[in-house]
Amino acid sequence: MFVELNNLLNTTPDRAEQGKLTLLCDAKTDGSFLVHHFLSFYLKANCKVCFVALIQSFSHYSIVGQKLGVSLTMARERGQLVFLEGLKSAVDVVFQAQKEPHPLQFLREANAGNLKPLFEFVREALKPVDSGEARWTYPVLLVDDLSVLLSLGMGAVAVLDFIHYCRATVCWELKASILYLMQGNMVVLVHDSGDAEDEENDILLNGLSHQSHLILRAEGLATGFCRDVHGQLRILWRRPSQPAVHRDQSFTYQYKIQDKSVSFFAKGMSPAVL
Amino acid sequence: MAAVATCGSVAASTGSAVATASKSNVTSFQRRGPRASVTNDSGPRLVSIAGTRPSVRNGQLLVSTGLPALDQLLEEDKYNIYSPLLFKYFLAEGIVNGHTLLVASAKEDPANILQELPAPLLDDKCKKEFDEDVYNHKTPESNIKMKIAWRYQLLPKMEIGPVSSSRFGHYYDASKRMPQELIEASNWHGFFLPEKISSTLKVEPCSLTPGYTKLLQFIQNIIYEEGFDGSNPQKKQRNILRIGIQNLGSPLWGDDICCAENGGNSHSLTKFLYVLRGLLRTSLSACIITMPTHLIQNKAIIARVTTLSDVVVGLESFIGSERETNPLYKDYHGLIHIRQIPRLNNLICDESDVKDLAFKLKRKLFTIERLHLPPDLSDTVSRSSKMDLAESAKRLGPGCGMMAGGKKHLDF
Repeated sequence: MFVELNNLLNTTPDRAEQGKLTLLCDAKTDGSFLVHHFLSFYLKANCKVCFVALIQSFSHYSIVGQKLGVSLTMARERGQLVFLEGLKSAVDVVFQAQKEPHPLQFLREANAGNLKPLFEFVREALKPVDSGEARWTYPVLLVDDLSVLLSLGMGAVAVLDFIHYCRATVCWELKASILYLMQGNMVVLVHDSGDAEDEENDILLNGLSHQSHLILRAEGLATGFCRDVHGQLRILWRRPSQPAVHRDQSFTYQYKIQDKSVSFFAKGMSPAVL
Repeated sequence: MAAVATCGSVAASTGSAVATASKSNVTSFQRRGPRASVTNDSGPRLVSIAGTRPSVRNGQLLVSTGLPALDQLLEEDKYNIYSPLLFKYFLAEGIVNGHTLLVASAKEDPANILQELPAPLLDDKCKKEFDEDVYNHKTPESNIKMKIAWRYQLLPKMEIGPVSSSRFGHYYDASKRMPQELIEASNWHGFFLPEKISSTLKVEPCSLTPGYTKLLQFIQNIIYEEGFDGSNPQKKQRNILRIGIQNLGSPLWGDDICCAENGGNSHSLTKFLYVLRGLLRTSLSACIITMPTHLIQNKAIIARVTTLSDVVVGLESFIGSERETNPLYKDYHGLIHIRQIPRLNNLICDESDVKDLAFKLKRKLFTIERLHLPPDLSDTVSRSSKMDLAESAKRLGPGCGMMAGGKKHLDF
């Protein structure tokens, strides 16, 4: 996790807010550094993490995770991390008939209507275990990234339904015998296609923006490429359930990505410029 | 989706202001970092495969113009004149390094494509070794007897391949063809769609167009049978599979994204790319794809394809466009736009500062250079032509000199 980003968001792994949906969005740049941040953040906060990684392989996240101080292999072995490697599973699903329903079942079907198998996978992964002792603090679902689901043939509405079901499960759920509120967090990444006229993507992005509590938007600079300032990060806090009486807080910072961390600074205050 | 120029040996130009002439695979970039022969120094832990070099930066194997498990997309130029050239450079590098090739096309027979590969330019020392190796490869029993150092004869041979030197990247002569014995000595597989579409290869039900499904099955078979994904331990040395797919997305593959804006198969191509990405990530392979993006009607698909690829390079040739007569571009044949570079195993990527690149095809060599304005030497140049120059200069990035900046300029 990036310490400077924690300061900007006013959180630490010990006292993070629960029950929140965070939307990561990138436009004209690569916002994957935010995914790495949240992954290491929640692993350090001792949460049970279910990571649906659709665009990169496990080793990619693992190597970056090591630079950020978490070991994904160890987290997976001790049960803290449930990792769905989309690319590898897609190869299995497409080339071999599966006996049990597979999370990526929709790849085999011509007109798959919904993402129910994927949701079942997530629910199974984040189910609280009846072991008596509470090993993990709260569950977290991380998805990288949702726009890929649109490329694979799912409609925007199906993806929004999936997120809705996941929110209902992860952010609040009642267990049968005891009233157990599983206030988990969700972090999803969606690309903003900008002027590419991708209607499905716009529907998805707008729908999620209205539901989320925190939006982190990584944008490329309007003036083009710069070696010292890689982009701009807009942070927007929202309260979707309450009426819009208060104005939502919004901050903008510029950032530069380095080998093991990301440094943030106010607009125009890049160390290279000063 | 391999972009022809980029990746692979992408590295910021080392020191010099003008990007160096491209090496074989049309890239002028070389990855900074692994100068030393890492394969020898780092001990037996790293597998040394001919023609690869581990990157110090992110621990991946670099292949000349491609990382294994990397997928590069080349957006074709409008009349498809230069993109096949870059495609062939990629394949030629594979043959010279002894990698296995898989060539897929719906338009041309892969055997014909291989006949047209450019010939490698080997310097004299290499050429002599190469000749001897080819000779040895064909008739292994006629080893030259060593008279004085006869003990060395008992040592096993180091590498049996067309080029014994583990050079990274080679130069090619675009005017000559690759020698026949090199092609025959290489291990290649061809996929020609009109032949395969009628065959009864067992096809798993999938919602892709049949052409794509067959191609995926073919690639997966080769990867599995030849052990590129580590499934059956290879008795020989481990090798890289270079996959080249031509004109993906064109109507010849049975896809209608170039014909209609919202066709029935709009997800076929992106699904294909996703599964291909999965195959590449789980095997030692690199893939280059050329795609006629100027024909694709739906812009959203191009954006999605870009997201699913690792490296994306666009070629814009000046043939037939108004830029052909523009004095700014008179030395070059086209522009290269590097649209995307991956961040693999890393937070940062190897982005270079040079954003305006142009290519030209000389008689023998294909070079990529940084686009620079020609010097404005004449005093009596008319005002209107200076305006044209200024207009085109505005489209350039800040990297180029601001010689003719803006419409209003002081005319001494």
